[in-house]
Amino acid sequence: MKGRNSPGHVEAAGWGRGLNTILRITRMNLRHPWQVAVAIGSTLVAVTLQLLIPQLIGWAVDHTQTAIGGGIAGAAADEALRTSALLLLAVSVLRGLFTLAQNYFAEAVGHHIAYELRLAYYEKIQRLSFSFHDQAHSGDLITIGMLDLEGVRMYFSTALVRAVLLIMLIGIGACMLISTDLALGLLTLSFVPFVGWRSSVTQLKLRHTWLDLQDRLSVLGRVMEENLGGIRVVRAFAAQPYEMLKFDHASKKALGLAHDRVDIRVRNTSAMTFSFLFAMALVLWIGGNKVIAGETSVGTLTMFLTFMMILQMPVRQIGFMVNAFAHASTCGSRLFGLLDLDIAIKDAPGARPLEVSQGTLRFDNVSFAYNGIENRPILKNISFEARKGQTIAIVGPPGSGKSTMAHLIPRFYDVTGGTITLDSQDVREVTLATLRRAVAVVQQDAFLFSTTIENNVAYGDPWAEEQRIERASESAQLHNYILGLPTSYKTVVGERGVSLSGGQRQRLTIARTMMLRPSVIVFDDSTAAIDAATEQRIRSAMRRFAKDRVTIIIAHRLSSLMHADNILFIENGEIVERGTHQELLAKDGRYKALYDLQVPPGDDMLPKQEGGS
Amino acid sequence: MAHAGEVETERNDIRDDGRRPPRAVVGSHRVEEELFGRAFDKNVVRRIWAFVRPYRTKMMISLAAMFVFTGTQLLIPLIIRYAIDNGMSPGSGDRSALLAAACFFLLAIWVNSTASYTQETVIGKMAENVLFDIRRAMFGHLQKVSLSFMDKTEVGRLMSRLQGDINSMQEFLETSLFSLGDVALLFGIVLVMLWLDLRLGLLTLSVLPVLFIVRIFWLPRARDAFMAAHETNSVANGALAEAIQGVRAVQSMDRQQVNFSLYDDKADANLKTHLTAAKYAQVMVPIVDSLTGVAMAVVVMVGGAMVMSGGIDAGVMVAFLFYIQRFFDPIRSLTLQYSIMQRAMASGKRLTDVLDVKIDIQDKRNAKVLSPDMDGSVEFRNVTFGYDRKHPVLKNVSFRVNPGETVALVGPTGSGKSSAMALVHRFYEVQQGQVLIGGHDVRDLTQESLGRHIAMVLQEPFLFTGTVFENIRYHKTDARREEVIEAAKAVGAHDFIVNLPGGYEADVSERGGNLSLGQRQLISFARALVANAKILILDEATANIDSYTEKLIQKALIRLLKGRTGLVIAHRLATVRGADRLIVLQNGQVVETGKHDRLIAMGGLYSKLYNLNHASFDDIPDEELDTSAQTGAKT
Repeated sequence: MKGRNSPGHVEAAGWGRGLNTILRITRMNLRHPWQVAVAIGSTLVAVTLQLLIPQLIGWAVDHTQTAIGGGIAGAAADEALRTSALLLLAVSVLRGLFTLAQNYFAEAVGHHIAYELRLAYYEKIQRLSFSFHDQAHSGDLITIGMLDLEGVRMYFSTALVRAVLLIMLIGIGACMLISTDLALGLLTLSFVPFVGWRSSVTQLKLRHTWLDLQDRLSVLGRVMEENLGGIRVVRAFAAQPYEMLKFDHASKKALGLAHDRVDIRVRNTSAMTFSFLFAMALVLWIGGNKVIAGETSVGTLTMFLTFMMILQMPVRQIGFMVNAFAHASTCGSRLFGLLDLDIAIKDAPGARPLEVSQGTLRFDNVSFAYNGIENRPILKNISFEARKGQTIAIVGPPGSGKSTMAHLIPRFYDVTGGTITLDSQDVREVTLATLRRAVAVVQQDAFLFSTTIENNVAYGDPWAEEQRIERASESAQLHNYILGLPTSYKTVVGERGVSLSGGQRQRLTIARTMMLRPSVIVFDDSTAAIDAATEQRIRSAMRRFAKDRVTIIIAHRLSSLMHADNILFIENGEIVERGTHQELLAKDGRYKALYDLQVPPGDDMLPKQEGGS
Repeated sequence: MAHAGEVETERNDIRDDGRRPPRAVVGSHRVEEELFGRAFDKNVVRRIWAFVRPYRTKMMISLAAMFVFTGTQLLIPLIIRYAIDNGMSPGSGDRSALLAAACFFLLAIWVNSTASYTQETVIGKMAENVLFDIRRAMFGHLQKVSLSFMDKTEVGRLMSRLQGDINSMQEFLETSLFSLGDVALLFGIVLVMLWLDLRLGLLTLSVLPVLFIVRIFWLPRARDAFMAAHETNSVANGALAEAIQGVRAVQSMDRQQVNFSLYDDKADANLKTHLTAAKYAQVMVPIVDSLTGVAMAVVVMVGGAMVMSGGIDAGVMVAFLFYIQRFFDPIRSLTLQYSIMQRAMASGKRLTDVLDVKIDIQDKRNAKVLSPDMDGSVEFRNVTFGYDRKHPVLKNVSFRVNPGETVALVGPTGSGKSSAMALVHRFYEVQQGQVLIGGHDVRDLTQESLGRHIAMVLQEPFLFTGTVFENIRYHKTDARREEVIEAAKAVGAHDFIVNLPGGYEADVSERGGNLSLGQRQLISFARALVANAKILILDEATANIDSYTEKLIQKALIRLLKGRTGLVIAHRLATVRGADRLIVLQNGQVVETGKHDRLIAMGGLYSKLYNLNHASFDDIPDEELDTSAQTGAKT
């Protein structure tokens, strides 16, 4: 993911890889054979027609000259002029039509691949496992899916078709000119290598400075964004002058580079224009002398000059073409790099649907370590069993591995040792789809979608009926709040919609999870922002719900978990204490110490809480 | 159970008849900002001109260079014409005339490239400068506008002003001079053609109206097609962004399949609109080419006949043919320029909207600097305040915090605690009454000195990108390293900092994502300690921090408040107990004040709140509050 910030790396990755990428994109293009054929075919025809125009003009000029010189009769000359005029018109119209076909089909090929890549990318993103998403920066993933995909799309029209066009134009043109007049032909083409080279060098240089400039602008953007996001801190410390300094520092760096870019660009445009016009002056001088010497005609000279005019633009664009190749290659390697990634967690071959009857969850000597840091296990030899209707609570200091335990059950990550079974079926041997429907985790800071509240609650069951949605919201103590909103369940959440408080978000997440009717439900510190009394009400509403499933509660607040059938105290990835609330208090160990931290001596929260339930 | 199982498996699927779940959508439909404005908006232009004005000399130079450049461009076909007619008329070739033409050509080239270089460099750099100036002005302005504006404006929105809108201004500034050149070239070509031969010129130019008429019909349709393509693109990208950000939710609820099929629709719409747009973009090509063909045919036929009858020279005909090749270019780029201009005007409007946000809170002309010797007292005298004038959040509030005293503000959500805190720092202006710091009305003091003597710790600790060291030091760039470490030690942050890879030089990633909430909190405490202000205002975090960190934070708090006047919005019982005095707010009014024990004994609102036994006062649900409020009112 680092590639974007250091373009050098990707480009230095070698021509071999770059070439492979280009070939891969080309192969993708070829999967639309007739569109590619029409685009390339039209390009050939359009170029040939375009090259006829200078000929026709030269021919017409020569006829006038011959007629003046008395070489042919006026009527014949008129006839010739009429013919060339009609031909000019016909050639122009046809050329226009073929250029249209060329451009349209070149674009169409690009858009079709873009469509295919979009779907492939979306699907890949959806399937890549949590361990990938933990490390990837979501901003980078969005950039790849938008900008890099765009770079690959543009390849066909801006690189490949343009290359064909240029080769044809210069190749056929050169043959034509040189066969007409060797010296004048060479002179006419003399600017081509210089301009082509300058333009390529410049574009590649501009590309590099552009990437640098993007980096500097993103630093500037970050300075501004943090300032605005943390405006209260800035104001609280009266740090505006300091912030302006930070801004000016970042801004100056970016501005300097922006100026450099203007210099690079302009110096080269001027050099290119100069060399082109200089070649034209030479053609005029040498050609003029030839006309005087009677070696060539004014018409031929006009043809050469017109040809130069035609060639000028495409030759200047050689640089864009070279740049398009480089761009497609970097974008493509990033995009394909992602599309080719292995999905760590997927259905095992021959995986069967999970069948839940007893609803018993078992951890058997489960160990876990994150990829790359295997020597630092997060969980060690965890074993416990939970039956339908039971509530298991997990508590322990931060970083002890509580959430990780929750994430292993629906296979967000795979265990590195031991087994997790649901009714004796190893979670790794059943299909992911059935497993994840059977195991639901209520996350602490869950993502809500910017759609209506109703759609959010029904996210996991979009066929659900209205009554079920309302019932789930009632149990999560959210129904009354929703009814108070201007468009109740149709209110849109998030940007432009209603913004929910932390507690409301968590309650919505709980409602959403209840809709799933899972066999195992895990509350991963998901009531932290909900006040104790509301939590109490949610808990009693859930009591009926909890009968049919295993409930696992991970929490800091002891009041949330002291009613559990079994409390596991985790420390450094191991279960150090287990039992009911009373048993653990009696043990006078770590659980008791935590209890004392939360309930200062003298206060006794326990009787009150129990009385309330 | 078997039946239920079947229903379950069908939950997220597309039904056999191809129906999709009724409540499934991907991506939200965002309301797009207006992309195109009026092509010309006098006010916007005036405002932007103010930023261009400082560079007007450069602009004049660039403009002059542009005219010279256009002139030489027009000259070149004329030189060729001269060479053909005077240097190489058949039979009577004049080598000296040809030489003269060639020399003149070289001179023209030299002038041409010098002018083009000057024009582009000057305008290019100027455009960048103007842009950076505008951005700076906006950023600077946002540092001064009132927080009530910032409160209701999303950061993303402002960022799109500071980045996206600035970029479309850049495009406009850079291309505007070139399009001026295009206009000059177009007029030049027309004039030269008419001058060379009026009749032939008029005949050739007769194709132009056709082009304009075609454009009139084409433009609105094409624009609709382009807009549609743009729209479907941002819809598809929005859906992708959602899939990326919400991937965990999608996977845990097994929505991949449905989402994929919904996304396919959006991608497909995107494909279709782009193909339509491509059709519209390309359809002008054969039209322009055909018109060029017509013009050339006219010149060849009519011009050729004129040459043969001796009406014009052959060189004139050649020059005409050259001009025709050039003359559609400016028209083409001008159409492009038109939409750039519309876009720039829409952006410019949004930029000026930001620049025009009124600055409500400014230093008085004779504002005093708060002296370091002030006693550090904070006093509210009959303060009434509301974000909306009709709905005051604080009503006639009076209290005093003595130098060195720690006072806890307590009350249910919405009681006005945070507003009171913001007023001390003059984030907002009071409606009635006075806020006094060290005996001075905050409105009589400079905001800068106010900031220097009041340190503030916010509920949500905010960290900046940079090292831990830079975050603790923040704007006190002259703070020594020892001071920073000293502060970190004092608040108990030192231990975890040295354990970070890199210690104090460890980078804080995006908003401190690599640190826990508790750790960020401690860093923000250290930052306040380095600021070393006489008055400390602290809004305690409400989020449920685990008990271990909580203990650390309580300790740090004691250290932080030592020797300072402290005004703390307290959520936790431990903090309340540690305060010298409590002020209990309800519905914007002070209902009780006093020490913890005394208030408990009084049996008023505070004792009710306290006895409800929640971990935090913010936890208290509305219903319980209502009952206690009634009891509170009775007492």
